[in-house]
Amino acid sequence: MAIRSFFLFILFFSSSLSPVFSLYEDQVGLMDWHQQYIGKVKQAVFSSQRAGRKRVVVSTEENVIASLDLRHGEIFWRHLLGADDVIDGIDIGLGKYVITLSSGGSILRSWNLPDGQMVWESSLQGPKHSKSFLLVPTNLKFDKDNVLVVFSNGRLHAISCIDGEVLWKKDFEAESFEVQQVIQPPGSDLIYVVGFAASYQFEMYQINAKNGELLKHESASFSSGFSGEVSLVSTETVVALDSTGSILLTISFQDGKISSQQTPISNLVEESLGPAVIIPSSVSGIFAIKTDAVTVFIRVIGEGKLEVVEKTTHEIAVSDALSISEDQEAFALIQHASSEIHLTVKLAHDWDGNLLKESVKMDRQRGLVHKVFINNYIRTDRSYGFRVLIVMEDHSLLLLQQGEIVWSREDGLASIIDVTTSELPVERNGVSVAKVEHNLFEWLKGHMLKLKGTLMLASPEDMAAIQSMRLKSSEKSKMTRDHNGFRKLLIVLTRAGKLFALHTGDGRIVWSHLLRSLHKSEACQSPIGLNLYQWQVPHHHAMDENPSVLVVSRCGPSSDAPGVLSFVDTYTGKELSSLSLDHAVVQVIPLPYTDSTEQRLHLLINADKHAHLYPKTSEALSIFKREFLNIYWYSVEDQNGIIKGHALKCKCTGEVADEFCFDTRDLWSVVFPSESEKIVATVTRKLNEVVHTQAKVVADQDVMYKYISRNLLFVATVAPKGSGEIGSVTPEESWLVAYLIDTVTGRILHRVTHHGLQGPVHAVFSENWVVYHYFNLRAHRYEMSVIEIYDQSRADNKDVWKLVLGKHNLTSPISLFSRPEVITKSQSYFFTHSLKAIAVTSTAKGITSKQLLLGTIGDQVLALDKRFLDPRRTVNPTQAEKEEGIIPLTDSLPIIPQSYVTHALRVEGLRGIITVPAKLESTTLVFAHGVDLFFTQLAPSRTYDSLTEDFSYALLLITIVALVAAIFVTWRLSERKELQEKWSFYSAFASQSTFSSLFLCDN
Amino acid sequence: MKWVKVIVSFILTLSFLSFPSCAFQSDELLVDDEEFGLEGAPQHRSPEPIPTRSPPVTSPTRKRHSDLDSDSKIQFSLDHAFGDSDFSPAGTFSARLKTWSHGGQFCQTLTKLRFSRNSFSDVEKEKFKNLLESDDFYRIRLPSNVLSPPGRDFIISSVKARCLPRESLDEHFVIHMEGVNVLAVNYGSPGSCPYPRNLKLPAKWSFSSHTVLKNSEQAPRAPVFTEEILGGENAEGEVVQPAERSFWAKYWMYLIPLGLIVMNAITQAMNMPEEQATGQVPAQGQPSAGAVQRGPSSAVRRR
Repeated sequence: MAIRSFFLFILFFSSSLSPVFSLYEDQVGLMDWHQQYIGKVKQAVFSSQRAGRKRVVVSTEENVIASLDLRHGEIFWRHLLGADDVIDGIDIGLGKYVITLSSGGSILRSWNLPDGQMVWESSLQGPKHSKSFLLVPTNLKFDKDNVLVVFSNGRLHAISCIDGEVLWKKDFEAESFEVQQVIQPPGSDLIYVVGFAASYQFEMYQINAKNGELLKHESASFSSGFSGEVSLVSTETVVALDSTGSILLTISFQDGKISSQQTPISNLVEESLGPAVIIPSSVSGIFAIKTDAVTVFIRVIGEGKLEVVEKTTHEIAVSDALSISEDQEAFALIQHASSEIHLTVKLAHDWDGNLLKESVKMDRQRGLVHKVFINNYIRTDRSYGFRVLIVMEDHSLLLLQQGEIVWSREDGLASIIDVTTSELPVERNGVSVAKVEHNLFEWLKGHMLKLKGTLMLASPEDMAAIQSMRLKSSEKSKMTRDHNGFRKLLIVLTRAGKLFALHTGDGRIVWSHLLRSLHKSEACQSPIGLNLYQWQVPHHHAMDENPSVLVVSRCGPSSDAPGVLSFVDTYTGKELSSLSLDHAVVQVIPLPYTDSTEQRLHLLINADKHAHLYPKTSEALSIFKREFLNIYWYSVEDQNGIIKGHALKCKCTGEVADEFCFDTRDLWSVVFPSESEKIVATVTRKLNEVVHTQAKVVADQDVMYKYISRNLLFVATVAPKGSGEIGSVTPEESWLVAYLIDTVTGRILHRVTHHGLQGPVHAVFSENWVVYHYFNLRAHRYEMSVIEIYDQSRADNKDVWKLVLGKHNLTSPISLFSRPEVITKSQSYFFTHSLKAIAVTSTAKGITSKQLLLGTIGDQVLALDKRFLDPRRTVNPTQAEKEEGIIPLTDSLPIIPQSYVTHALRVEGLRGIITVPAKLESTTLVFAHGVDLFFTQLAPSRTYDSLTEDFSYALLLITIVALVAAIFVTWRLSERKELQEKWSFYSAFASQSTFSSLFLCDN
Repeated sequence: MKWVKVIVSFILTLSFLSFPSCAFQSDELLVDDEEFGLEGAPQHRSPEPIPTRSPPVTSPTRKRHSDLDSDSKIQFSLDHAFGDSDFSPAGTFSARLKTWSHGGQFCQTLTKLRFSRNSFSDVEKEKFKNLLESDDFYRIRLPSNVLSPPGRDFIISSVKARCLPRESLDEHFVIHMEGVNVLAVNYGSPGSCPYPRNLKLPAKWSFSSHTVLKNSEQAPRAPVFTEEILGGENAEGEVVQPAERSFWAKYWMYLIPLGLIVMNAITQAMNMPEEQATGQVPAQGQPSAGAVQRGPSSAVRRR
């Protein structure tokens, strides 16, 4: 009974809260948008079904398998495999199953092609790690059952296509054997496994495909060794390169006999080319090698004779072979030429003749073609037509047919590295924004529809029309700044090195720019984009200057590779300038100072702990000199478990005089004992967060002062044993320690140990509180904790008279070198979900109450009121506390279905949640990104400062008119009544006066 | 007096043993607490930091291993640096190392921390004066492992030199420990250090040091609400009575309008006789003029 009443209470409570977040069905899509992507395509297989919708199945680098509509590029279905479940190969079996091999060849799955349901899954084990291959032979039967041949983890499997049962398996346990190819010549019952052993021996195994019996094993040694991959030029011939990359080895193993031929590349190509690599392709009779500058196509004629067919310096991409008839194979070749790409489709045995030759205009912002997949179809005139699917450098996917781009997908947006926002241009008088003019008839029709909608007479089509009208009529997709600050540009940097500007209104791409500085060049072989920073945000010159962002990147994966800076205009997407630095970029610190052109000062720390100031102007230097002694920062060395604090010392004392370079010094260090603690999370407050009030009034008329410092760092460490997966340790061996560290002085302000807990830890820091999420091994549940930190040194400023007379220390500057007097309050609660990301809403002035945004394991975003994570919650709050809004303590945090920000949608592969304040105080903009993108507006305490979109202005107007009319009517009425009363009085008076006159007469 | 202080500090330091800082910990530890005579140590909520004032006399720097393995004396040194100069020895911490085995694991903690500070030499005084003038950092460092100094790295901490001088040079150490490892040291003045730091030379060139040893607090467990708790505390019959409020607090919303009405009535009553006095005059003396001017009121009266 008690429990029931308790639940009733909770229900009542939650229902009283829920309207804050929930929205009606027809409001979906008014303020939010959702975009689905798949990532950079690794492999594509065209469905060869004659009837039905044409589709292509792709696997991507985001571990997505998807079936796309070949006509429009839409997603029929898709599945996101786990982060460590990398797809090694896909194919289509029996025309109706999509077969995927993933997780380093250890998981084989079959999916139903039409709807994407999983049919079966098999786990394949093996003796050792190796390359994995998936073959779907067309005519290899085994008891009427089609067979899949999978080589993975040093073992060859034959697997039934119907139910995933392993029919036979064969181990290749030889220690040094590295498999290079698995070949199943069509029309035979043999499987060849070829590879290298001990890097100089060529091994060939011939296996009976019926039962896995080893028929033959041959080997031949090559003293020069091998390098790189092999290319298969026929079912019984492979081409490899020797270890120097200068001699081609043609190895044929016809009838189980290995014969070989060596051809130096210099014999084929006159000039020396330097070391070459083989481009993997499977076109029979032809292979390609590539050096730094040149790509050479070589044909194999007969007995290992080689002949150069083409040499090109253009960037080139080749597709795999496509068999179009019994003895004919075609392949596609794409070459770049300035702003065009040339597509040629050739037959494998006839290099000079082209089946197809087309040129397609290509946007330069898409970069080079990385991959080509070819497919054929039968034209209306019964001849063969070809279409190709190409993957570009910016990870976009395009379908080319008949010399045109049929559709394109911006799949680079599936791998966002960093996000920042930019304001839109101010609306100017001269520049009028195109306005949709309605004629009278449309206007009437629209209103009729709306009327129908309100009277519940509308059919579903009408409802859709109303919805689209509402979407269109809203001004949310304008390209100018709005009063409420809802319209912004989201600037996103993708892994491909492309910058996109997305409009927050409808999510469309305003511009995109493939950064030149992130382009592969001689100076910078593998550039990696790192971060985005707001470089210039003009306020005073908003009318005539454009904001710009800074993109920090570096050449190569190691942290001491030199950095590259580029500056991009956010209105036009033009790269204003780029700088190749002569130092590495380990840390970028945006300083809270701007120069006269409102460029923000940035401090870049390199690997030798020198600080470099940007922009390199004398004005910036003079501003910087003024604040020289007040700049502190910290660095976290996760691997060593050391956190250090730094300050600036003097100018660089290097050999080159550089006045923008400064030496630094270590001020403090915190060393975590390596045997008992390992850093798993470090979080600070957002730099641009605004806190409205420093004090918090608690129930008994008391005041608590928040300890608000921008220099607080939350660090979570776990036991090194417990840093693995959940459940890998016992509760006794695992613990979590939470720290609050002042980053100026290195003081540990708070330190607390939780026993029996394990990571992963997700944390968010805002105002004076931090919330962190972890796993409780004892309770077998996830848990969230909150720590709030309050300042005691100002706690005695409670007396009103002190405040009135100015005898308080609230305005005196705070020095972090003083001994801090803080108290902390904390509490823990159970929470059902595991998390992928955590964020907190942020508003313009910080008045609105906060909500935590939790990216759940189900790829949704859940909004949770911060009031649920209040360490002052008690089981039985007093009346005063209830009035203050303290929720009775429960052991777990409630999950209210209506409070899912993403409502019914899922942001697949959720990685991050970004909140941006709008100008309207009540509203915050939320952008969640992963493989999908999702954007919405949130009002954590409802839109208390503006009327909602569906506010009925007509009703207001009618009310006003009615009131005015009523005023007039009553005025007239009262006037008339007054007149009547005057008349009646007058007549009474008149009679009285006549009476008195009579009386007088009598006298 | 001094005896009392020593005993109190001893007991307090001992109380740290009840906050075992070694890696392994379980709830059963309460049984072991008896061993150290500290049963019923309150919830491991917030251990009071133990201020141990450094004795004025430098304790003899001997490294004596007691017979018992469980209790040995160790010492480790404090180094200091002026600005960016190199570190030089500045003092010695000595403490007792308690070792005990628990569940097959050895736990070690430091207790009875004492600190002896070397006084400044003339050269150091000069350096410190320079620091004060240039408002630069005075830096200290400790080994990160007290058994095998310096451990993995030194623990560095620094403070603006102008924060230290008062009467003498006042300093305050909070050493965060984890077993025999030093995690961090909070170093600074014992009080506040207001921002416009003024140049002030100390009257006495000697240090008065306060040292505090801090181990990690234990977090309270998340509350698990079982049905009994709910039944016990939130049963239906036991509706929590709201606190009795005063008469005024309860009925102010009735009292204020009542008061207004009363006041209104009083003013009306005050006006009444006056009006009657003036109202009757025109009726008799100048009937026509008076009636027109105060039409409504006389009309009302006539009705």
